[in-house]
Amino acid sequence: MGGLIEDFGPVWGFWAGVGQILLIMIYLLLSLAFLLLFDRKVWAAVQLRKGPNVVGPFGLLQSFADFLKFVLKEIVIPAGANKTVFILAPLLTFTLAFASWAVIPFANGVVIADLNVGILYLFAISSLGVYGIIMGGWASNSKYPFLGGLRSAAQMVSYEVSIGFILITVLLLVGSLNITQIVENQRAGVWAWHAFAWPTIFIMFPMFVMFFISALAETNRPPFDLPEAESELVAGYQVEYSSTPYLLFMIGEYLNITLMCAMLNILFLGGWHLPWGPVDNPVLGFIVFAVKMWAMFFMFAMVKAFVPRYRYDQLMRLGWKIFLPTSLVAVAIAAGYVTYVGRPVIGG
Amino acid sequence: MEAELAARLVADLAWVRPELLLVGFVLIGTLVGAWGGDRSAGVLSGGAVLVLIIAAALSFGQHPEAPLPVFNGALAIDGYGAFAKGVIGLAAAATLLLGADRFARSNARRFEFPLLVALSAIGMFVMASANDLITLYVGLELQSLAAYVLAAFRRDDARSSEAGLKYFVLGALASGLLLYGASLIYGFTGSVRFDLIAQAAPSGGIGLVFGLVFLICGLAFKLSAAPFHMWTPDVYEGAPTPVTAFFAAAPKLAAVALLARVLLGPFGELTDQWRQVIMALAAFSLVIGAFIALAQTNIKRLMAYSSIHNVGFALMALAAGGAQGASAALVYMTIYLPTTIGIFAGILAMRRDGEDVETIDDLSGLATRKPWLAMLLTALMFSVAGIPPLAGFLGKYVTITAAIGAGLWPLAVIAVVATVVSAGYYLNLIKVMWVNPPAAPLMPTGPTVALTAGAATLLVFPGLVIAFGWITQAATTAALTSFP
Amino acid sequence: MVEAIAFYVLAAVAIASAFAVVSVRNPVHAVLFLILTFFNAAGLFVLLGAEFLAMLLVVVYVGAVAVLFLFVVMMLDVDFVELKQGFLSYAPLGGVVAALILAEMLLVTGAVRTSAAFTDKPAGLPDGITNAERIGRVLYTDYLLHFQLAGLVLFVAMIGAIVLTLRKRTGVKRQDVSAQVGRTRKQAVELKDVRPGQGLG
Repeated sequence: MGGLIEDFGPVWGFWAGVGQILLIMIYLLLSLAFLLLFDRKVWAAVQLRKGPNVVGPFGLLQSFADFLKFVLKEIVIPAGANKTVFILAPLLTFTLAFASWAVIPFANGVVIADLNVGILYLFAISSLGVYGIIMGGWASNSKYPFLGGLRSAAQMVSYEVSIGFILITVLLLVGSLNITQIVENQRAGVWAWHAFAWPTIFIMFPMFVMFFISALAETNRPPFDLPEAESELVAGYQVEYSSTPYLLFMIGEYLNITLMCAMLNILFLGGWHLPWGPVDNPVLGFIVFAVKMWAMFFMFAMVKAFVPRYRYDQLMRLGWKIFLPTSLVAVAIAAGYVTYVGRPVIGG
Repeated sequence: MEAELAARLVADLAWVRPELLLVGFVLIGTLVGAWGGDRSAGVLSGGAVLVLIIAAALSFGQHPEAPLPVFNGALAIDGYGAFAKGVIGLAAAATLLLGADRFARSNARRFEFPLLVALSAIGMFVMASANDLITLYVGLELQSLAAYVLAAFRRDDARSSEAGLKYFVLGALASGLLLYGASLIYGFTGSVRFDLIAQAAPSGGIGLVFGLVFLICGLAFKLSAAPFHMWTPDVYEGAPTPVTAFFAAAPKLAAVALLARVLLGPFGELTDQWRQVIMALAAFSLVIGAFIALAQTNIKRLMAYSSIHNVGFALMALAAGGAQGASAALVYMTIYLPTTIGIFAGILAMRRDGEDVETIDDLSGLATRKPWLAMLLTALMFSVAGIPPLAGFLGKYVTITAAIGAGLWPLAVIAVVATVVSAGYYLNLIKVMWVNPPAAPLMPTGPTVALTAGAATLLVFPGLVIAFGWITQAATTAALTSFP
Repeated sequence: MVEAIAFYVLAAVAIASAFAVVSVRNPVHAVLFLILTFFNAAGLFVLLGAEFLAMLLVVVYVGAVAVLFLFVVMMLDVDFVELKQGFLSYAPLGGVVAALILAEMLLVTGAVRTSAAFTDKPAGLPDGITNAERIGRVLYTDYLLHFQLAGLVLFVAMIGAIVLTLRKRTGVKRQDVSAQVGRTRKQAVELKDVRPGQGLG
C-alpha cells in the first residue's frame, strides 16, 4: 500500500494512508476487546466457572464496560513519582504496541508498510517494549514496581536473544527479511509451512515450540508473569497505575500478545494461506489469518490457565542455558543446510 | 567472480596460520576449560605454551620477498612482522610458563589465564602485521582488553582490582585518542588502508598531522612511553607478578612493531613531521625512566620505570627513521625481552611464607641465601644497565648508532646520560644483593623459575652476543623488505 | 519536500536530545534522552536509505545497550547536588576541548567537501539487492578479517566478564534439574499401611 500517494496525489494519498492506519487500529482494538473476554472465558472454563456473563449476551460486552470504567475513573499519580516518566511509560507501551502492527500483513497485500527489513523492524520495536515497563517501574518511586520493572527488563532482554536466533533460522530458510515473502514461501500448503516442512521439520518444529515459549516470556504471560507476580509483587510495575494509564498498559500488553500470535502465524504457520493450498483473495486471507491468530491465542490462554508460575532462576536458566544454545545450534544447522543442500524451494 | 573471491580468501588463510592456530586453540581450550574447570588449567597452560612456540616458529618461517597484503589489505605479511611475531610468540610463551607455574604453586590456578594470554597474543600478532587502521585498532583492543582482565585477575586483592580498573580507564582514554586520530586520518586521506594513506599523505596538510599526533599519543600510551606512562607503575605494582612479567615483555614489542609500521609505512613521507614528536617521547621516557626509578623501593615499580626507560631507547631508534631505525628498534627489543623476563623470573622467586615479597630490601643478602639466583640476577642487571660485553650493551649501542646516523646528536647524548643514571639503581640492587646483611630466608625456588632465569641469562651472555650479527642482519633484511 | 522536513525534524530532535543528555540533572532522564538520540539517528539512517543499519541501531543500542545503562543508572543512588558541585571549575577546560573538537570536525567537513576521495560515489550494486545483502557482501568478503577479529574482541569481553565476576559460593543449594527429573517414584514415596488409631510408631 505504499503507492497511495502515487494513486491519489499527495493530499488525498496522505489522508488515505491515515485512514488505513485508523482502520487497522480500530480493527485491532475491537478484536482485543473480544480476545480479552475470550481469555477470561477460557480461564474460567478450565476452572469450571462461567466467567463474565452479565454484561450483554454471554458477557460479550464485558470488555466495553471495563473500558468505560477505566476511562471514567480518576487518574492517581503518587506524590513521589516522577510525573513525566510516569505518564510517558504507558503511552510508550501503547504506541509501540501499535507501531509494530505497521508491517504485519493481514492478507495478501493488506499491510500498511511492506518493509524490506520487516522482520528486523518487528524485532526492533518489540525490543523497545521493555522501556515502557522499566520506566513505569522506576517512575512509580516504590519498591514493588521497581522490582517488577527490573525483573521484566532482565526477562525480556534474555528471551529476546533466543527470539532473535529463532528468527534467523527462518530468515536463512527463506532468504529474505520481508514478511510478505516469508509468508509466500509457505503458500503451497501445510507441508510447506515452516513448522512442518520436510526435512527442516527437525529443526523448525522445535524452533516453533521455542518461539511459542519465548513469546510467553517476552510478553510477561504466565507461566513467566514474574514482573507482575501478584503473590510476591502485588502487581509488579503496575502497582501504582490506575485508570487510563493502567488501561494503556493493559492494551499494550494484550496487543503484544496478539502480535506474538501473528508472528507465530507468519513465521511458522503459513500466514493467510490455507492448509491445503494458497489463498490470494484478500478477504478470505484476512479470515484465515484471523482464525489462525485466535487459535494461537487460545493456546496462550490455556497455558495461563494450567501452568504454574516459574521461579525467577528457573526462568533465567531456561532462557540462557537451554534456549540460547539450542537456538544457536539450530542457526548453525539451518545455515549449513542452506549452504550445502540448498534453500528448500517449497514456496512454489 | 564470487568463486574467485572465495578462492582468494582461502588462499589468504594460509598466511595467517599462526593466528588461526592460536584462535583454534583458544576456542577449543574454552570448551575444555568450561567442562573441566580449573583442573584443566595445567593442560591448557602447557598447550598454550606449545601453541605459542609453534605459532612463533610458523611466523619466523613466513617471509615473502615483498610485503604481501592479505584479506584485501587488512594484514601485510612481511619480514618485519614475521620477525616481531616470532619474538612475541616466544616471549609470551616464556611469561605464560612462568605465570602458570606461579599460579599452580600458590593454588590460584584458573583455566582462563592461558586462554587470556593466548588471546592477547593473537592481538599482538595482528598488531605486528596490521596494514590498515581498523586492523590496527581491533588488534590493539584485543591485546589490551585481555590485558585489562589479566591485571585484575586476582580479583579479591584490592591492589589487583585497582590496577585493572586504572589500566582499563586510562586505556579506554588512550583508545579514544587513537580512534579520534584514526578518524582524522581517514577524513583527510579518504582511506583506512596504509598503502592508500601513503599515497594521499603528502597532500594531507595540517589536519593529517593532527590525526597522526593523536594516533601516536594513543600508541605511546600502550607503549607506556613518557609522558603517557602514569599508569605503568601502579599497574605493574598492583597486577599479580606473573601478569606483570607478561606485560613487561611481549606487548612492548608488539607496540613498537606497530608504531614502526605506522610511522614508516603510511607516513614515511612525513618523517619530518612526526620525528619531533617521537624524539620528545623518547627523551621524556629516557629521563623519567632513569631518574624517578632512583626513588623506588618496590622492585615491581622499579621495573616499571626501567621499562619506560628502555622503551625510550626503542623510540629513539624509531626517531632515526627509515629501515635502519626500524631494525635497530627490533634488535633492541629482541635483546631487552629475554632480559626483562629473566629479571621477572628472579622477582617471582622472591617468596616468603607463601607470600610474594617485592621490596628491594627483601633482596638483601641474596648472595648468601641463594648464590646462583643472585649471580643470574646480577648478570641480567648488568645487561639491562648496558655494561659490555653483555647483550644489553649491544642493544644500546645499535640504537645510539642509529640515532647518531640520523644526526640526532642531542637525543643520543640524553640517552647516554640517562643510561649512566639508570646504571645507578641497577648497581644499587646488585649491592643490596651482595653486600647487605641477609634478610629472612626465602622459599625454595621452583625449577621453572630457575630454568627461565638461567635460560635468560644464557641468552644475555653469550647467546645473543654470539647471535648478534645474525639478528642484526635478519632484522635489517626484514626491515628493508618491509619499509623500502 | 517531506524528506527535507523529516530530516530537519529528526536532526533537530537528535541534537536537542543529545544536548539534553549532558544538561539534564537526573541521570535517568539523561539515559532516556540518549535513547531518544539513538532513535532519531536511526530515523536519519532510514532517510539515507540504510534501513538495515537503522534497525540494527535500534535493536542493539536502544534495545540492549541502553537498557543495561538504564538498569545501572536506576540502581545507583547518585547524589545530584554533589555531582553538580565543582562543575563550573571544569567548565573552561571543557569548553576549550569542545571548541577544539568542533574546529577539527569543521576541518574534516571541509576536507570531505573538497577531497576527491569522497566525491566518487561507491560503485553501485545491481538493483534489487537489499541493504542487508549489500552489507553482508562487503562484511564477509572485504572486511572478513575485521569482522572475525571483532568477534574475538567480544569473546575476550565475555571471558573477562566471567573471570572477574563469577564466584563459586559454597553452601548454596542449587537446583539440579536432571536429578530432579530423574527421580523415580521409588526414591520419592514410601507407602505405609497405617492402621487407624495406631500411627506409624
